[in-house]
Amino acid sequence: MKIEKATGWQIATVTSVHDESPRVKLFQLELPVETKFRAGQFFDIRLTAPDGYQAQRSYSITSSPDQTNSIELAIEHIRDGEVSSYFHEVVEAGSLIEVRGPFGGHFTWSPSFRKPILLIGGGSGIAPLMSMLRHRASTGGNSPALLMFSVRQEDDVLFKSELEQMARDDDKFNLIITLTRLAADHSEPFAGRATRRIDRTMIDSTVATLGGTPARAYVCGGSNFVEAIGNQLADIGLPYEEIRTERFGP
Amino acid sequence: MINNRFFGRRRTETSRPLPPGQYLEDGFPVLSAGPTPNVDTATWDFTIEIEGDTVGTWKWNSLNALHQTDLRTDIHCVTKWTKHDTDWRGVTIDTLLADAGIEPPTGFVMASCDGGYTTNLPAADVIDGKGLLVHTYDGKPLAPEHGGPVRLLIPHLYLWKSAKWIRSLKFMEHDVPGFWERYGYHMYGDPWREQRYTND
Ligand SMILES: Cc1cc2nc3c(=O)[nH]c(=O)nc-3n(C[C@H](O)[C@H](O)[C@H](O)COP(=O)(O)OP(=O)(O)OC[C@H]3O[C@@H](n4cnc5c(N)ncnc54)[C@H](O)[C@@H]3O)c2cc1C
Repeated sequence: MKIEKATGWQIATVTSVHDESPRVKLFQLELPVETKFRAGQFFDIRLTAPDGYQAQRSYSITSSPDQTNSIELAIEHIRDGEVSSYFHEVVEAGSLIEVRGPFGGHFTWSPSFRKPILLIGGGSGIAPLMSMLRHRASTGGNSPALLMFSVRQEDDVLFKSELEQMARDDDKFNLIITLTRLAADHSEPFAGRATRRIDRTMIDSTVATLGGTPARAYVCGGSNFVEAIGNQLADIGLPYEEIRTERFGP
Repeated sequence: MINNRFFGRRRTETSRPLPPGQYLEDGFPVLSAGPTPNVDTATWDFTIEIEGDTVGTWKWNSLNALHQTDLRTDIHCVTKWTKHDTDWRGVTIDTLLADAGIEPPTGFVMASCDGGYTTNLPAADVIDGKGLLVHTYDGKPLAPEHGGPVRLLIPHLYLWKSAKWIRSLKFMEHDVPGFWERYGYHMYGDPWREQRYTND
């Protein structure tokens, strides 16, 4: 295992802000120090008030590790959230933000892992999975990958056109988007679509497209989502240490 | 560096200061590297080893038969939240060592868990009332996602040191990194010195 040295704080410049969905904005941050990272890792952000009060939070990198002087973050607006509200209400192109990273090492994927992977994301939990998929695409990865992406409704689908393009370009990549706020339809996912919470039946039928049980799964999202999916993956026989999880919040 | 128009909406008037970079949380968020393992108290046991020799093993019933300690304490997670006044019940590591009839060891200790998780600590940080095996949280059996049936509790260090689903403590002469410590988290993890990552 390669150990990356923890780095100190650096002042990043926000170069663009994009409304990706009604609740999530994408932020491009330019880093003054060239920073290598692995897909799946996160950065810490620190905000400071005039009187010295500080708040820190972690955000996963959504961009591919191919770029080392900028990172993209996908930040969901949490109601009354201290840091996410600041990003949504105040941060704009040109804003300066203190960041440090990368951190985290268990929830990472690199192209040297050539076995089939299953990625399951809930809402903004797509963030670290997006970095993995972008890295896989840019390195010409041809190991099978399946993404199950659960969101409330259609306009919550982050990175929609990019993911759909990836699915068209790469026959080893399968995409299932499931909308949980529509009337549940219990048939099998059709043309990459379903309308219910991810359950055991959906996992079983979509995993079949990987051509066997995945060698590893990455699950990211809210805590209850990750907990429920983690248990189902253990039930389908994935080894405990190959079920990797990242929890974003309560 | 001051952030324009940032005032901090989660500042709380607390009786006690928070460790640097932490915020106060009312809930009890979950953090684990993998899914929650299924641990059965009927087959659960806990072992203490010193330099590779087993010096004591306890089953669920024998752990519960030992002297129980109640502890109200604050807990600090490296993901930035701190929770005040959490109530725990369990057995101090001192009680276990005394039950095994051994002197408190020196050096370091590795905690190992169901699911393969490990974390390292100085031996001095688990004795003298600083470390417990807890099975009860807030008057109820400790929930599986929070480490039940039994987790280690070392409240003065970041919570990743309070290993969930604990099965053994192995005392050793030299410090060896555990699971998160190998991934760049601090070897000691004192929240008051903000020792989150390796070089902090
Ligand atoms: C390793 C890691 C990576 C993360 N990556 C991302 C990411 O890529 N994108 C992202 O948007 N977030 C991510 N998060 C979550 C992020 O760090 C913050 O917790 C989140 O932005 C809320 O912070 P806040 O200051 O806005 O809200 P706070 O002021 O901390 O919280 C306000 C209230 O909302 C609740 N709350 C906090 N988070 C959530 C949530 N996610 N859903 C619902 N309620 C919540 C809190 O319990 C609190 O009651 C990540 C967290 C971790 C630990």
